[in-house]
Amino acid sequence: MPLLMPVVLAGLLFSIGAYGVLARRNAILVLMSVELMLNAVNINLVAFDVWLRDELLAGQVFTLFVITIAAAEVGLGLAIVLLVFRQRETSSLDQLTELHEPDPEADAATDAAPEPVQERAS
Amino acid sequence: MTLVEALFGLLGVVALGSGLLVVTTRQLVHAALWLVVCLGAIAGCYLLLSAELVAWVQVLIYVGAVVVLLLFGLMLTRAPIGVSADLDAPPMQRVAAAVVALGLAGIVVVSSVDGFRGERIELSSDDVGGSSAAAGEAVFRSWVLPFEVLSVLLLAALVGAIVLSRREIGTEDRTGSRTALPPRDGDGR
Repeated sequence: MPLLMPVVLAGLLFSIGAYGVLARRNAILVLMSVELMLNAVNINLVAFDVWLRDELLAGQVFTLFVITIAAAEVGLGLAIVLLVFRQRETSSLDQLTELHEPDPEADAATDAAPEPVQERAS
Repeated sequence: MTLVEALFGLLGVVALGSGLLVVTTRQLVHAALWLVVCLGAIAGCYLLLSAELVAWVQVLIYVGAVVVLLLFGLMLTRAPIGVSADLDAPPMQRVAAAVVALGLAGIVVVSSVDGFRGERIELSSDDVGGSSAAAGEAVFRSWVLPFEVLSVLLLAALVGAIVLSRREIGTEDRTGSRTALPPRDGDGR
């Protein structure tokens, strides 16, 4: 099998995952896209391991490690998403702007408005 | 083109197509289910690359555990069943994301084609590693220390997830009985 087949597949899958991370707004969908990117890297690890005929099977063992770390990452990520959802009742990343740097123009517009939008106290 | 190459190409197309559907579908639950197809196709690719143990671990952990975890996450965040319009960022951001992704794909594909043209993976000989016996021996002989460190990391992650997702169960007063905290909603409900 040409080495290019798995390598190109991994590259394309990684770009799909990157698009998902950048273009999705729901936090859980972003986590799914991160999983796609991790899988693309795993394909590369396995393909190069088989190509190089590594004595220690480093690529495959690393793939197992990456799968484990991905499981841990999803567990923690979902716990954080659930916590955010419980506090703010949203899982949309666009609305989580509490740490956003204050925008002077938006502040001016808010001051000019007759009734300023009340931020949720938390 | 051999049978293995044809099968790998087919599975690759399935993985790419379902991956595209994961990032473009407008139904949340369908995205998780397409992720199952994508991860299963990738497990098939591992099998074709003679990485047997990795393939079954992929099926067990990714398709079995991670997707179920994601579906539970969708359920607990009250994800709408059916088409929902607000899953994607505004069109401008989507166009920018597509430009970034296409540029990334172009760079990666062009450079890997340039670097590895003509290289072949020999899968026909007998000493191909990756059977459960060989991979298990590698894990527990050469990689046993990272393996144990990883188990501690997994334990820490699980404890962290439990601590994060635990509800506030109230404070203990002097008599030892628990009193519930008032709800922490800010808008007076």
